[in-house]
Formats: sequence, C-alpha cells, structure tokens
Amino acid sequence: MFNNYEELSDMQIDVLREIGNIGAGNAATALATILDEKVDMNVPSVRITGFDEAVQALGGAETMTVAVLVNFSGDGNGMIMFLLNIKDAKSIMDILVGEDDSEDLSEMKISGIKEIGNILSSSYVNAISALTGLNIQVSVPFIAIDMVGALMSVPIIEFGAIGDKLMFIEENFKGETNDLKSNMIMFAEINTLKIIMQKLGLEI
Amino acid sequence: MSQLIVVGISDYKFTKGPEVIVTYALGSCVGVCLYDKVTKIGGLSHIMLPDSTNFSAQDINRKKFADTALVDLVQEMKNAGVRNNRVVAKIAGGAQMFAVQPGSKLGAIGERNIDCVKKALSQLRIPILAEDTGLNFGRTQYFDLETGIMKIQSLNRRIEEF
Repeated sequence: MFNNYEELSDMQIDVLREIGNIGAGNAATALATILDEKVDMNVPSVRITGFDEAVQALGGAETMTVAVLVNFSGDGNGMIMFLLNIKDAKSIMDILVGEDDSEDLSEMKISGIKEIGNILSSSYVNAISALTGLNIQVSVPFIAIDMVGALMSVPIIEFGAIGDKLMFIEENFKGETNDLKSNMIMFAEINTLKIIMQKLGLEI
Repeated sequence: MSQLIVVGISDYKFTKGPEVIVTYALGSCVGVCLYDKVTKIGGLSHIMLPDSTNFSAQDINRKKFADTALVDLVQEMKNAGVRNNRVVAKIAGGAQMFAVQPGSKLGAIGERNIDCVKKALSQLRIPILAEDTGLNFGRTQYFDLETGIMKIQSLNRRIEEF
C-alpha cells in the first residue's frame, strides 16, 4: 500500500512505465499522422523527484517553453502537459500551414499547437481508458508560453500538496526527418494510481 | 559582486546584505521578501500553497504554506537579531499561468496564495511596501539585501524594481 509517490515499489513503477508507454505510443501515432512522418519515442521515464529537480529535468526554471495543458477527470484524475520549445512549435506549424516571416508564433499557430496538444492528450488518455476500463474525460486544452518553472508550478501545486515529491511519466518524441522534439508528461493523483493498479489486477 | 543565494520551491532562506537572494520562475506560487533595513537582514520565502489546515501536521512541510512558512521565517529572523516591528514585506507571483475557465479550482490558486500571504503578513503586523502579483506570466524574483530592492524579471517585460 502506498500513500505518497515515494512509496511506489519498483514493480509499481514498472507498471507506470508501461502505462506511459501505451499512452504515449498512442499519442506518438497521432503525432506521426499529423506531421505525416515517422515519430521516434523511447521507453518513458517515471520520475519521482523533488519540485526543483522536476523543473531542472525539463530544461531549467527559466527556459522559455510552450505548454499545452489538459486535465483529466472521472474515474481517474490527473493532468497531461505537452511541452516544446518555441522554435520547434513554429517549425511544426510551418509544416502544417506554411511558413511566415515572423520569429514569433502567430495567434493562429498558437491555436494550432493547442489543438495538437489536445489531440495528443486525448490519444494518451484514451489508450489508458481502453487498457484499464476506466471512464476518464479530458478537459478543453489550455496553452501558455512562459518559463518552464512557472508553467510547472501548476502541476506542482496540484499534485505536490502532500509530501515533497512529484511523480510524472515523461516521454520524448522526435520527428525522424526534421528532428522536431517535443515532450509529454503525465501526472496523476495517488488515488488514481491505486485505482489503475487495482484495475490491472495488481496488489497495492 | 556577491553570490546569489537561491531559494527553491517551498523553501525559504534569510541572510544579510550585501547578499542577493533569488527565486526563479514563480508561477502561481508567491515569493515573499521580508526585510529589516537596520540590520540589513532579509529573507525570501517561496510559498506554494495557501493553507496548511486541511492537512495533518505530520504530513506537511511548513515551508510550503503561507500560514506556516512566514511565521517560521519571521521567528528565525528574530532569533538572528531582527526586531519584529521593523520588518517590511514585498511580494510577487500568484499568476494564473493558464487561461482556465473562471471559477475553476486550478485558476484560483494563484489568487488564493496571494490572499493567504496577505492575511499571514497582516497577522504578523508586517506592512506590504510593494507587490507585483497576479496576471498571467512567470516571474523571477531577486531581493537585494544591501538596498532592500526587489527586482522582477519576466520573459515579455523589462526588468522592474520595487
């Protein structure tokens, strides 16, 4: 029985890694369809870290980052963030809707990235739903461009109330031909992790 | 040039001029600078959550919550020679990073952090001399203990001094 993220056993962490693999695998397929190219992914990392280390792991507090956030709720509660740097966000939208002269992301391109984050997050959550039989709904997507530390304050506040550690499952995507990198991270409440493991028939 | 003293999330530190204390990339968290200009002792507290009372005492890190962190920091500064009636505050942060629907729990947290920091400071009878709070962007907060100046750096705004 675990009551905070630090008490997860190695076997439970393996299960979370596999859940991340299934969720992110589905999201990678969606991304490959959107970009019309092959997308590489590795085995996901399950990170159980202090708050500052979590921010460090995502590039350091002041790194400018584009983040799409989707909440999920229902039988399971958590949050998915789709993260990428401005340059890659712009390149993705250039591929999809054509290049423009601006260094910045236009409003239209920002809204395009938000929609991609939405599609990937839904794919991720749908895969977990299908695997566990849990009924999970996703929120509309929200987007922000800011320092990654400031963006991460949102899940840290949401999931860091008890204890001083945060758990997230991280997956990196890389486009095979154009080297576009992006990152998906999933947070879930402790109770949701318990429910998922019970549904999969594991002792908790 | 003195070395930067870095304060992490749900932590606080205090020291003496000419040191500079910094906390990076405040989002919905609130950074509270406390200062005594006579001794030039100052502290910075990176508050993550408004209220510890919903959690059982053994579960909580007192440096995380507005209602516990500031009481403790003031006590430690007093132990170091600061007189309570000289302490003043400058605060920053408490942004709403994502434009979520009004009324949702997620959107309100920055605002609740600001409210609870103000309440805690008022209970400690510490006046707030300056604030740069709310809105929708991240802030890095520098606190210069030589001058008592709080400097705020954001991605899309020039550096501002308070």
